[in-house]
Amino acid sequence: MTETASIEPILRIQDLSIAYPIAIGTVRAVEKASLELSDGEALGLVGESGCGKSTLGLSILRLVRPPGRITAGRILYHGRDILAMKENEVRRLRGRAITMAFQNPLTSLNPLYRIDRQFLETIHVHEPAAGRAEALARAQRVLSELGVEPRRLAEYPHQLSGGMRQRVMLALGLVMDPDILVADEPTTALDVIVEAGFIDLLNRLRRDLNLSILLITHNLGMVAQVADRIAVMYAGKIIEVGSAQEVFHHPLHPYTHGLIHCVPNIRLDQEKLATMGGSPPDLVEPPRGCRFHPRCPHAMDICRREEPRFAPPRGAAPLAGSAVAAGPTSPAAAAPAAAVHRVACWLHGGGA
Amino acid sequence: MSDLFRVTRLTKEFSVHGSVLDLLFAGGRKSVVHAVDEVSFEIREGEVLGLAGESGSGKSTTGRLLLRLIEPTSGSIEYRGRDLRHISRREMESLRRKLQVVFQDPNSSLSPRMSVGQAIGHPLAIHGLGSAGERRDRVLEVMVRIGLTPAGFLYRKYPHQLSGGQCQRVVLARALVTGPEFIVADEPIAMADVSVRALILELMKRLKEEFNLTYLFITHDLATAKYLCDRIAIMYLGRIVELGSREELFARPHHPYTRALLDAVPVPDPDQRRTREVVRGEIPSAIQPPAGCHFHPRCPFAMPKCREARPPLKEIAPGHLSACLLD
Repeated sequence: MTETASIEPILRIQDLSIAYPIAIGTVRAVEKASLELSDGEALGLVGESGCGKSTLGLSILRLVRPPGRITAGRILYHGRDILAMKENEVRRLRGRAITMAFQNPLTSLNPLYRIDRQFLETIHVHEPAAGRAEALARAQRVLSELGVEPRRLAEYPHQLSGGMRQRVMLALGLVMDPDILVADEPTTALDVIVEAGFIDLLNRLRRDLNLSILLITHNLGMVAQVADRIAVMYAGKIIEVGSAQEVFHHPLHPYTHGLIHCVPNIRLDQEKLATMGGSPPDLVEPPRGCRFHPRCPHAMDICRREEPRFAPPRGAAPLAGSAVAAGPTSPAAAAPAAAVHRVACWLHGGGA
Repeated sequence: MSDLFRVTRLTKEFSVHGSVLDLLFAGGRKSVVHAVDEVSFEIREGEVLGLAGESGSGKSTTGRLLLRLIEPTSGSIEYRGRDLRHISRREMESLRRKLQVVFQDPNSSLSPRMSVGQAIGHPLAIHGLGSAGERRDRVLEVMVRIGLTPAGFLYRKYPHQLSGGQCQRVVLARALVTGPEFIVADEPIAMADVSVRALILELMKRLKEEFNLTYLFITHDLATAKYLCDRIAIMYLGRIVELGSREELFARPHHPYTRALLDAVPVPDPDQRRTREVVRGEIPSAIQPPAGCHFHPRCPFAMPKCREARPPLKEIAPGHLSACLLD
């Protein structure tokens, strides 16, 4: 390893590929994806349905369901490859070091158990020596941290409202004091005001617990409210990574540009939304070259022939016309390698 | 602009049956949900009226009542001056050509066994309009105008062979094929992917001009409402709490609930992060809603009298109505 320990990210995904064999071939859900998550950082992973973002999230705790298979790559947690670990080592990581929050809390909570029992079970799995009283005290502490009254411990999941369930599920994930939260569309089932409360909560947890967050979502509003950096996925590939400001105000990839500009923004008076023709490709036989080229308004010959490399842009000229008048961009002077804006696009040199 | 619809004190109650135990021990008492509670508004010809609110606010029920897909408990719905509650079944059937609806999920709105051509032409067949050949021509014409091309090729396809955006276009084409003048669009983009949403919104905007349509656009997303609607009504637990033009409502929101909703919308711009914390709590149960103003338990400005009487919907500026005792 060339990096020194101090700048090594807490989670580093390298050239990860995940495939699902199906009757007519192999779905290449994720191809050669690389990402870093720094300590205390909130990274947004955005893309539309079927782009591979959820599969990538599941792979971090080796939760990709068969027949899906991780075919290549490494996932380094504090420098150790999760993909090379024994099953019982990974089980110790789950919930303790890295935790996941999913879309629907009802499928993550056991409807037959009271909330206290679900906490006791989680704590017991990781710390068999912990006593009941101590475990309950810990559960109460986490719940009140998330704004849930301790009396809820005596209730069943069906007695809680949607927003409350979401908090209880998150509290269950946080009771072992993990370093990393992977949240996959955590607010999709929630109403606007409850969602806003959840966003406040995520931002507070980062500050108070120094939690690193990987937020997987198609909701650009939510990601803009939470993420420090944003990675954009299209057709199984990570096509752009940069600071939230760079990605929103100076997107480099035409797909990112289209995505950012097709969202209604309540603070603006928009005459027209950007639209992208076509639809995402079949991942059994993705297009040659850049996977976005059949839909790209700027496609050139080389885009159809050769795949662009993922690299910092050459010349760095962002696409014209940003959705929002560009605000002050954060100084990238002292930024670590992870903060560099990178893109996979021939318009920006294609990494050549 | 004349009024296409005039809705007065429209109410829909649903009775909720308790469990078997309630039946045995509570004498089988039924509780009632006021899904829509004395709602009044009008829809002007050629406008897009937005009905916005969180789940359980009664916005979808209101849309269904307008088309008499469900029957109101009380109140009146006048369409071009005629009360829809007092016309015959047969007359209502023929009016349906003029009044159409588009639902949230194109997959559950389309039969997997009907080809695109059959699905779009189905309303024509039901209403007995034209010969088979004329229907086919009309379907192809609408398909071209809506961007379902090559129309001849897609005509024979089935829903599973189409993309999500194409399915939503089929649903729109089916609503347009009978030449309607009014469409209830109930969260038409909620299930779609981000890029498909923009396509559908742009398409709806264009179709409105081309076909001279009036929309009732039901949504939980205020950013979308602001983009598409001319006027917007905000609903909370079965009642309209505020109604105004897009310009008025977003520039000068009055009702504390409207303001809470606007605060909560996540702005897709990292330089515009929300700094204030949002209001606490969630929508209470519609079975026993809070007395007086339904919003008072969550309202930062609640006064004792807010618990007593329902605040009337009053005009606070020309065309801008709000139901709050603070006004």
